Amino acid sequence: MGGKTLYDKLWDIHLVDTDENGASLIYIDRHLVHEVTSPQAFEGLRMANRLPWKLNANLAVADHNVPTTADRVNGIKDPISKAQVDALDANCDEFGITEFKMNDLRQGIVHVVGPEQGATLPGMTVVCGDSHTATHGAFGSLAFGIGTSEVEHVLATQCLVQKKSKSMLVRVDGNVGAGVTAKDIVLAIIGEIGTAGGTGYAIEFAGEAIEALSMEGRMTVCNMAIEGGARAGMVAVDQTTIDYVKGRPYGPTDEQWEQAVAEWRTLHSDADAEFDKVVELNGADIQPQVTWGTSPEMVVPVDTVVPNPDEEADSVKAEGMRKALAYMDLQAGTPIDQISVDKVFIGSCTNSRIEDLRAAADVAKGRKVADNIKLALVVPGSGLVKQQAEAEGLDKVFVEAGFEWREPGCSMCLAMNADRLEPGERCASTSNRNFESRQGKGGRTHLVSPAMAAAAAVNGHFVDVRSI
Amino acid sequence: MEKFVTHIGKAIPLNRNNVDTDAIIPKQYLKSIKRTGFGPFLFDDWRYNTPGDLDIDVSTREINSEFVLNQDAYQGGSVLLARENFGCGSSREHAVWALTDYGIRAVIAPTFADIFFNNSFKNGLLPVILADEVMDELFSAAEQGEEITIDLPTQEVRAAGKAWEFEIDPFRKHCLLEGLDDIGLTLQKADKIKTYEAQRKQTAPWLFN
Repeated sequence: MGGKTLYDKLWDIHLVDTDENGASLIYIDRHLVHEVTSPQAFEGLRMANRLPWKLNANLAVADHNVPTTADRVNGIKDPISKAQVDALDANCDEFGITEFKMNDLRQGIVHVVGPEQGATLPGMTVVCGDSHTATHGAFGSLAFGIGTSEVEHVLATQCLVQKKSKSMLVRVDGNVGAGVTAKDIVLAIIGEIGTAGGTGYAIEFAGEAIEALSMEGRMTVCNMAIEGGARAGMVAVDQTTIDYVKGRPYGPTDEQWEQAVAEWRTLHSDADAEFDKVVELNGADIQPQVTWGTSPEMVVPVDTVVPNPDEEADSVKAEGMRKALAYMDLQAGTPIDQISVDKVFIGSCTNSRIEDLRAAADVAKGRKVADNIKLALVVPGSGLVKQQAEAEGLDKVFVEAGFEWREPGCSMCLAMNADRLEPGERCASTSNRNFESRQGKGGRTHLVSPAMAAAAAVNGHFVDVRSI
Repeated sequence: MEKFVTHIGKAIPLNRNNVDTDAIIPKQYLKSIKRTGFGPFLFDDWRYNTPGDLDIDVSTREINSEFVLNQDAYQGGSVLLARENFGCGSSREHAVWALTDYGIRAVIAPTFADIFFNNSFKNGLLPVILADEVMDELFSAAEQGEEITIDLPTQEVRAAGKAWEFEIDPFRKHCLLEGLDDIGLTLQKADKIKTYEAQRKQTAPWLFN
């Protein structure tokens, strides 16, 4: 029998029970809660007269609905959004769950806040009623998104009934070139495996190009595992992981730190571990990526053209491409760098961390947002990211270039607050989904890295960031 | 949870790959703090030509008569047919609630996204996986107005005089047939959870501070 994969190890550590049908009960160490997928779960607890099993396993923050304008210190204007955020506040107060409320400096996007606080630690199981929970797998943890019924289940039992996934190794060997980021790597992976390629799998990302990434970069890669169909994405623990975690508020200290690090250093796949599927990419082949369609797999390098459905053999797929081109108002054969955009969004749980803002500011510095751009938004992932960026003067770089500098939240990634696209508007976005109407009804989304988004903002159209 | 045993119903053919949960129920409806009332907004962007929101009466909105849900032949349909990777994207269980609130009891597709698939079982919605070739036959049966039978005890889908078997996890089948509450079942294992915690606290005390 071969060695264990990282996923096997994480699974085994958390296995409480397996019944005769192969359904396993898995213990959950950390449950992150936000306002959109939790109210019905809390209501369920109340109706059944149940209490949270382990209060301090939960950490809550409102992110999806919150306004990103400075006037939010005076409260939320939209009454429906306000009701949902108020419901989270009331539920957390009632049950005694720690919550960073909207105007707390620590508030931000749940997947930025967890790691930043050390609430996400290597070796944990981390769940949240949000598909981008895969982000936390960057720490060598088993992290995945759940629905509201499972949110209630975790609150009530600290466990989930799961069936073990198959394992996939995605190796990116070799190093990526200058100007090619974690976002480009993960978009290239999704382009390779397809949007359903990882369905039924837990993906481990490995190889030189992944190891070379900072924790921010690894989070970007794991964040989009779900866009390749996999509920969980993960990266083995190494010194980069341990250095990031050290000194975080919710992390262990003193003797427990040493004990924890000893366990964390075992969190990697054994050399002789076998995976159900292995996908290999060469880092040197990856170019800056731009999506052209309405699914993240519809992605091409910036120096190519919009693909032609007539060249697709699978008829259902070709029809999907035609629908996407019609929705996106694009012609097959158009060079990507001739596509002009109306709005630019730099933010989301994929790309709103300090390193993302630095990369975008590097491009924006000394330049101006092009005249055809109606709005260029920079939305930091948390109050602490915002504070750090301001300490580095990044806010001034953005504002001088003509970007708007906002308060933290999910913002225009899914447009549940006031930040959105109008029908027909085209956006260069650092978020994770280019689905129809994702950023506003009729809006057209192109997914790119922060540097590529900033480059589109200052040029008015997509451009290869390596050329400027 | 509502039980699922055998269901006979009209099928709605939604001939698309990668139907995502944003398409099933757009973000503005996620602001509701209830589990019910999402049916009128199912496939909202495809179903209506004019924008909608929680506080907009759907009867005042312009209908997209080309969309399959709006065609006379498929009114009252309770079985949804789709293509690959149904339910991809966001984890929002509202997608399942919108389908069930509309009256859908089962979705049949060649593949489903994992989180949607999982959420379905928690709400008495049966996701059935059948091969592409079978889907082609079911799509034509639906277009000819044939009803589809989904028989969970025998794990069979029947239409137009033919029958196809489908796979289902035995635990999930049991829960659907009996309409069982997952949480209650897990709490029967409370002692095992407490034993696990006591052991884990020995090796990983930092998780129990």
